[in-house]
Amino acid sequence: MKPFAAIIARDVRLALRSGGDWLTLVLFFVMVGIVVPFAIGPDRELLARLSPGIVWIAAFLSSLLGLDRLFRADHEDGTLLLLRAADLPMSLVVLAKVIAHWLLTALPLIAATPLLAVMLAMDMATFLKAVLSLLVGTPALVALGAVGAAVTVTIRRGGLIAPVLILPLAIPVLIFGVGAISTGPGPDQSGTALLLLAAISLIVAALSPLAAALAINSSED
Amino acid sequence: MTLRQGFPPLTLTATGLACRRGERVLVEGLDFAVEPGRALLLKGPNGAGKTTLLMTLYGAIRPAAGAYAFEGADPDGPPFLHLFGHQSAVKPRLSLIENLSFWLSVNGSGGLDPHAALDAVGLGPLARLDAGYLSAGQTRRLSLARLLVTPRPVWLLDEPTAALDTQGEAMVARLIEAHLDAGGIAVAATHLPLPIGAARVAELRLGS
Amino acid sequence: MSIESAPGENWWTRIAHPGQFVAWSRRLVLPLSIATVLLFALGLWFAFFNSPPDYQMGDTVRIMYVHVPTAWLSQFVYGVMAVSAIGTLVWRHPMADVSMKAAAPLGATFTALALYTGALWGRPTWGTFWEWDGRMTSTLVLLLIYLGIIALWRAFDDQLRAARIVAIFTLVGAVNIPIIKFSVDWWATLHQPASVFRLDGPTMPPSILTPLFIMVFAFTFLFLVLHLIGMHTEVRRRRVASLERRLAQKGAA
Repeated sequence: MKPFAAIIARDVRLALRSGGDWLTLVLFFVMVGIVVPFAIGPDRELLARLSPGIVWIAAFLSSLLGLDRLFRADHEDGTLLLLRAADLPMSLVVLAKVIAHWLLTALPLIAATPLLAVMLAMDMATFLKAVLSLLVGTPALVALGAVGAAVTVTIRRGGLIAPVLILPLAIPVLIFGVGAISTGPGPDQSGTALLLLAAISLIVAALSPLAAALAINSSED
Repeated sequence: MTLRQGFPPLTLTATGLACRRGERVLVEGLDFAVEPGRALLLKGPNGAGKTTLLMTLYGAIRPAAGAYAFEGADPDGPPFLHLFGHQSAVKPRLSLIENLSFWLSVNGSGGLDPHAALDAVGLGPLARLDAGYLSAGQTRRLSLARLLVTPRPVWLLDEPTAALDTQGEAMVARLIEAHLDAGGIAVAATHLPLPIGAARVAELRLGS
Repeated sequence: MSIESAPGENWWTRIAHPGQFVAWSRRLVLPLSIATVLLFALGLWFAFFNSPPDYQMGDTVRIMYVHVPTAWLSQFVYGVMAVSAIGTLVWRHPMADVSMKAAAPLGATFTALALYTGALWGRPTWGTFWEWDGRMTSTLVLLLIYLGIIALWRAFDDQLRAARIVAIFTLVGAVNIPIIKFSVDWWATLHQPASVFRLDGPTMPPSILTPLFIMVFAFTFLFLVLHLIGMHTEVRRRRVASLERRLAQKGAA
């Protein structure tokens, strides 16, 4: 357990110390939410109806934006290579880094959700559902993102390609994430959607570290 | 500073080993054995495949042909390899001691205490400094200290004296000798002659 | 496993060794092409002259004879890629790399064709080119995955090292596709309680099924031919690249 915790602690410490990146992501998240009303008009009713989708799109885009940070620095200074000989398997290294990344990128977004809720005229029930849905769904986004980041880590200009790879795979997260907040005209399915979202999160969090570790271990070969 | 406890005896053998980078085979037909307490120096011009051979032994690249084995190693046990390569894996925004403590937690303990390890590489007084302020040579020393906090029987060293001054070179030689004294083995790619007892050193010339 | 490693005798090296593979599979191209042309001729004759127009959709039903085969291929080709990816990862089979790479643009093309013909068909039947129907939406997502894989191939400088990475991503995609399909279906029914036109209607008369089957075979054979040719091209491209590299090395030395 000690190496695992050490990786999380180091990543968090590095991010807090080298400052702005995670704050920039929060800023981006809030900005997407702010920009949307300019595009679709300030109609409070319309905004309230679209707010679940807007919040998720904002979270989706900001998590894709931060993807490249996950392994790039550690690959470039050789840390990733040395971690192969660490006293824990690469898949756990990836999992630790995914957890740290979630703490640094997803949690601040969720903390900033009240701001968007006010501006997008969400009611209290929707807001709580949105927070819950983001809490359950963002681990899947980060874990999927880890696969994209691992696959592109040796590509020098890989920053752009990882989001393009991961976006289609993350569509189910988006569907059930928004579905867990509001549903269509039929009977209320948000409970089902939340459960499905949790299932996807668990599956992805369990499997993607294996795939990402395989990609990292093949990266020098 | 000697590493007091001995290592379990471990022998590196290679038979007909060929190493490749991409599809290019750089070295082939290598046969060698490194007994406990011995070092193997890899010599050869740039591009001869020294780094590639080290990366192959490290397990990052699959051999193109042949095989190598660490006889006596427990395959289910903890990792027994240390790589000391071109990349320092030092985080500039962490202090020296934080950098070292991270590797201690990740690789396992049993060696020198991080402060003692910093003393051993001559960085003791700078422990609280951010690693970003170090010079290239000091960064190499910090990276080397990582090998001291976790005792592992096999050292794979890629140009261990690069960027180091004469004092630093002597220090590297001392550390390698201490490592061999404890029964470890070392494979080092280097241009410079390392002042280690000639009886314990074999040379392997690549790219001839 | 270099391109020029010594050719062996047994069947495995005959498949595995790129040069050998090209040598024996080149003979397959002509007969396969002829079979493809014959199947297309037969299928199109059935499709245009020997199958009835639908009582509701009229002659537009004939789009189906292109739409269904391409839709089938969009999934079949991904299957081929996934199997090749396993070959790359588990057996490090050099032809699996080549097969994976040659299949990706074909899969993307067939998927795009399926979407295009679907849109053409949708206009007269649904009154719109695009409907966010579950089937079409998941095909669209599949197209995005194909394009991502092609982009990933192109992003690597060294194609030999790219293969394992792309194989991992291809398999991740393969695991995800059922999840995507399920989620998109869930989403589509959620927003459209009234089901729109479905292809899998209760019955399909044999007069439609026969040309459909022939066309499915024709398109599958077309894929096989194109895939084989694509693989040959890729093997040659790699050989040229490796020869050039060797020449450059000799020049430098």
